[in-house]
This record gives sequence, C-alpha cells and structure tokens, in this order.
Amino acid sequence: MPSIKVLAEREERGARFTGGHTLCAGCAEPMAVRTVLNAIEDPVVAASATGCLEVASSRFPGTAWNVPWIHVAFENAAAAISGVEAAYKALRKKGLIARRIRFVVFAGDGGTHDIGLQALSGALERGHDFLYVCLNNEAYMNTGVQRSSATPKCAAATTAPYGEAIPGKPQERKDLTEIVTAHGIPYVAQAAVSNLIDLANKVERAMRYEGPKFINVLTPCPLGWRTPRDSAVQQAKLAVETCYWPLYEVIEGRYKINYKPKEKVPIEEWLKTQGRFRHLFRDPRGKELIAQIQAEVDRRWELLLQKEKCFGGGE
Amino acid sequence: MRKAITGHRAIAEAMRQIEPDVVAVYPITPQSEIAEYYADYVHNGLVRTELVPVESEHSALSACIGAAAAGGRVMTATASQGLALMVEVLYIAAGLRLPIVMALANRSLSAPINIHCDHSDAYLARDSGAVQIFCENAQEAYDYTLMAQRIAEDMHVRLPVIVNLDGFTLTHTVQPVDLLADEVAKKFVGECKQFSPLLDVDHPVTWGPFAMPDYYFELKRAQQAGMEAVPDVFRNVQEEFSKISGRQYVGFFDAYKLADAEYAMVVLGSTAGTAKVAVDELRARGMKVGLLKPWLWRPFPAKEIADALKNTRAVAVLDRAFSFGTMGVLFEDVASALYPLERRPVLANYIYGLGGRDTPVPELVRVFEELPKIRKTEWALRYIGLRE
Repeated sequence: MPSIKVLAEREERGARFTGGHTLCAGCAEPMAVRTVLNAIEDPVVAASATGCLEVASSRFPGTAWNVPWIHVAFENAAAAISGVEAAYKALRKKGLIARRIRFVVFAGDGGTHDIGLQALSGALERGHDFLYVCLNNEAYMNTGVQRSSATPKCAAATTAPYGEAIPGKPQERKDLTEIVTAHGIPYVAQAAVSNLIDLANKVERAMRYEGPKFINVLTPCPLGWRTPRDSAVQQAKLAVETCYWPLYEVIEGRYKINYKPKEKVPIEEWLKTQGRFRHLFRDPRGKELIAQIQAEVDRRWELLLQKEKCFGGGE
Repeated sequence: MRKAITGHRAIAEAMRQIEPDVVAVYPITPQSEIAEYYADYVHNGLVRTELVPVESEHSALSACIGAAAAGGRVMTATASQGLALMVEVLYIAAGLRLPIVMALANRSLSAPINIHCDHSDAYLARDSGAVQIFCENAQEAYDYTLMAQRIAEDMHVRLPVIVNLDGFTLTHTVQPVDLLADEVAKKFVGECKQFSPLLDVDHPVTWGPFAMPDYYFELKRAQQAGMEAVPDVFRNVQEEFSKISGRQYVGFFDAYKLADAEYAMVVLGSTAGTAKVAVDELRARGMKVGLLKPWLWRPFPAKEIADALKNTRAVAVLDRAFSFGTMGVLFEDVASALYPLERRPVLANYIYGLGGRDTPVPELVRVFEELPKIRKTEWALRYIGLRE
C-alpha cells in the first residue's frame, strides 16, 4: 500500500498533474487527482469529461497534465477511454507496445451520474480495463452550481433554489456507487478527500484487477456548498462521520466498510455548516426536512451494514 | 476478383483489407450488415481488429476518437439517426484532426421515422468538418473506402472522411464488384501514420484542450487548411488507385456526356446511375444532355464544377433532402460555384426521392425535357415524383 512517503516521492519524481491550473482556491479536486495518479506506478493515460477539472487544467496553449490526456466532450469520457484502451490492446497484439499502460477517467458527478451514465454503463458492461474516478461535488459546479442527480435533497442549487413553494432540491440523490456495483465489475469503492491514504490504497487495490474499476470520491466544493474556502477536507470528514458518505469497497461483489464511526454524528451538524442548506435552519419546514434527511442517511447506512453482513468477507 | 455482392459486403471487404486497429460500431438499419460482417471477421480471426460493440452511435464515434488519438487506425459506420446522434462528436473528431473513416448508409431522418434512402443525414453533417464522398454503386463504395483511408490519414488533411452510399439501393442490392487482391489493397492503404499518439507515454500530449477567444479562431483556421488540402490529396490518391485497380477515377466528379451538353443534371449517389440511362435515351433522340455526379461533396469543388457547367444552357440540380426554408443544399452549392461566371446557365432545383421514394428513368427524362422551357433561375423548389 502506498504510504505518504511513497506518494510524496512519486510527486517529487515528476508530478503527473502539475501546478498552473486555474481551479479555485480550496478546490478538493487536485488533491484527489494527484493522489490517484501517484498511487499508480505504471504509466497512465488519462481522460476527462467536460467540467471544472477539464477547463481549469487544459487552457490552450498551456496544460497542467504531465501524462497523456484527452478530453472529448461531457457525456463520453468512458466511451473515449474505451477507444484508447481498445487501441492499446490492438497495438500490443501487433507488438508495437510492450509496456503496461493504465487508463484513468476523471469526471464530475454531472458527467457521471447524469449525462455520462449511458457511456459509463456501456464501458463497464464491455469490460474495458480502466479506472473511472468520479470527482463528486454534488452539483454542476463548472456552470454555476446547477442541481445534478448527485445533489442531496433540500440542497439549494441555482436550478433548484430555496423558494417559498419548494425549499431546494425535492429529490433524493442518486446512489451511483450501487448502480455501478450492479454491473458486477471487479472493483467499486467510495472515498473522500478527507482520507487521502484511504483513496491511494483503494486505487492501488483497484489496479490489481483486470477490467473496469470505479471510485466515487467526495470532493466538496466550497464555492458551491457555500462553506469557507479552506473547508473542503473538513466537510468531507464530517460527511464520513455522519455516515452520509460511507467509505467502503465492493471487491468482486464482496462488501467491506472501511470506516465505521464509533458514534454517528447527527446530519444536522454537517448541514448547518453549509450555505446550501442554510434555509433549513430558517424555514418553519426545516425541522421536518432535516428529520427526513437524517432518516434517509440512516436507511442507506443500515442497508450498507446489511449488505456487508450478507455479502462481506472480501480481502 | 469480380464478385456479386451487396454494397454492405463491398464496404466490409474494404474494411477487412484495411484491417483497422479499432472498429467501434452500433447497429442501425440500413447499416447493420456492415457491423455484422465485420463482427464475423473478428470472431473468426480473419482480422486482428479490436471490435468495440458500443451502446450508442455517440459512443461509437467517441471510442473512435479515443482510439485514433491513441495512435490506432479506426473505422465505423452508421446511418440516419445514428449519424444525428454522432454529430456532436463528429465536429470534435474534425476539430481534433482525427482520421476516422466512416461508411454512411444514407437514410432519411425522422420524423416520420423511415428506414429508406435520402440524403438528409449527409446534409446534417455538412458543416461538421468531415470530408464527404458520394458513391453511385457498390464498386465505387468499395474503391472510395480504400481511398478514403489514404485521404483521411494524409498528414496535410487528417480529418474524418464519410463515404456515402444510398441505403438499401446500394447497401442491400447485389452488384458486380471487382475486389483488389488483399496484398494489393493493403499495400495501397499502407501503415497508419501516427501523430502525437496518447500511447506514447514518454511524450505526454494534451488532446482536446480548452481554447478561449485568444486561440480558438486560429485553431479553427488551421482546421480549414486541412480541408483546403483535400483536393490535391484526393487527386493524387485517385491517380494511384486508378493505376492499381485499372478503374479510372479522375477528378472530383464523374462527368457523363457533359463535354458538349446543352442541358445538364447534377445529382449525388445512386440516382446518377438512373440519370445516365435518361441521358442515353435523350442523346438517342438528339438532345444534347449530360450529367455531373460529384464524388467529392465536402470540400465542394466549386471552381471545377463551374468550369464543367459553364457552357450549358440550363442545369437541373437534384437534392434528396430539404433544407427547410431555403433551397436545396446541393443547389446552393452549385449556384454559389457558378456565381463568379460572367455568363451563367439557368438553374432549377428539384427535390426528389425523400424517404426512399423511387425515381425511375422517365421522371428524370421529364426533368431534362423541362429544362429548355425554363427561362430564368428562380428561387423556387420543383419536385420529382411527389403527389401534391
């Protein structure tokens, strides 16, 4: 498992994702990207969906990518990497490439849960050998905090604002990790930027398997969540402590929860720190809505515990 | 070797000989048999291609883009709604200067849904930046698929190339096709030339960057230069192909009895074959008529077409699709091409054959017979074979 020392050494040896990008101060994405890329020893080819990371890292004629990288469009990063990987297989068969090359996608929640879901599902079903990393900040941050299917219930987004009639997003968030798990691929995990060693370990474990791998990484967006600029890691940590965002793996169908808080922090503690939920603490309906959010967090956590109990026993 | 095969099979045979590294394809009528034949070759070990059986045409072309940027030779095929779904990424394939060859089994666009031929799909991709070639028969479809590979991969061009063949009329009918010997075809196509491939991990490149007002314009201008390079490359590839095949491909269009023609017709695809019969009939009756059938439609060989039509009295331009609210697309191409001439022939625009409506010889004879009666070019559509 890669230690901090190993990760730092690899960063020193030659940063795969360099400075000079224009992501916001306090953005959680570069941490996740660097950790993922440094956790892989082999050469990497990366692909990105349209989104914050893509526009901020590739403004012509500059680039923050020190690995081969491609962006095609918003909804097709998984299809594009399918083609890269297929070409790799073909050129290897011909003896034109000898080295082992690994393939990684970075896409946001919009590009994964919503517009890119079909391409992702197709690539998972076809069994391409690649790692798909969803940098999940729970809304369309690049275009100005519009709601996505990953946006939590009641969060205010620019296309699901707090209003007198409708207080924020009415729907629950889509559980993409479980949707991906249902594809029966060898490795699925949830991670968060609050625990980068956990993320690095997950990448390292994922890369032991042939075929599609998927990691859903919670990367809080201070701008979109309306929290202080230096809060992304703390926000992720609290999401884990509340069991809103469990850290877990599904390895060859076996569930393993990587962290179980001794005492589950009430979801209210997390909600009250974020501007996107501020209305819940002012609106007379707030108390009831917070209770509903807590009930859903509890339901999902219990379900996950049950899954681990029934389908646990992985490595 | 002469074989009696369908247009599908002709395309698939060309693809087998090209043996791309990656074929990413999604089935759609009337293209599916191309995908089926190719899957058969892969599953029987006739080719070493990686077949990517994608979940949509959008992903088909997206995978082709990834594979081509990776450094592989790639192909796909589609029709109608499939192309419509691809169009977003077709623009990107062209913008990234990726040589992707695609057969397009021309089929009308919905609604109403219809599976038969017209050219609304090809017209939809008109401004995508893809080179577009039209074929009259299965032989041309085979020949131009091989030539398209060379045109697409030429370092001055590096653009997607669409080889159009009329759905059902050409894809599903059995025709005699002369196939080159495998080794001759392979030698003609040659090895795939890579350009900054993604898989060269020691020389990392950023493909598909974000370009703002400070650079976007220059990058698009460079793309236009790629299109401008096509005519010379097209002619050279034709010349080389004519030598190895014994079939004469000279220039951007097929000019049939056009040299001394007083009245001419311009038409794309298989209808040109019907038009040749109409030309022969009228020539037998003493009417000086001729035909111009563009092979290369994008880039549009305007100067050469103007030159070929300049001595005619009147020209019927046939469009197998509407460009709703204006004249036919091919008509506007021809009209623009003729504009610089001091003395221009009268032009008439006919819409024909939508949704697979048959256009038999007598209908085209009638068009030729009508031409001498048309006194001036009018901004008005005429129709062939339409019940009004």
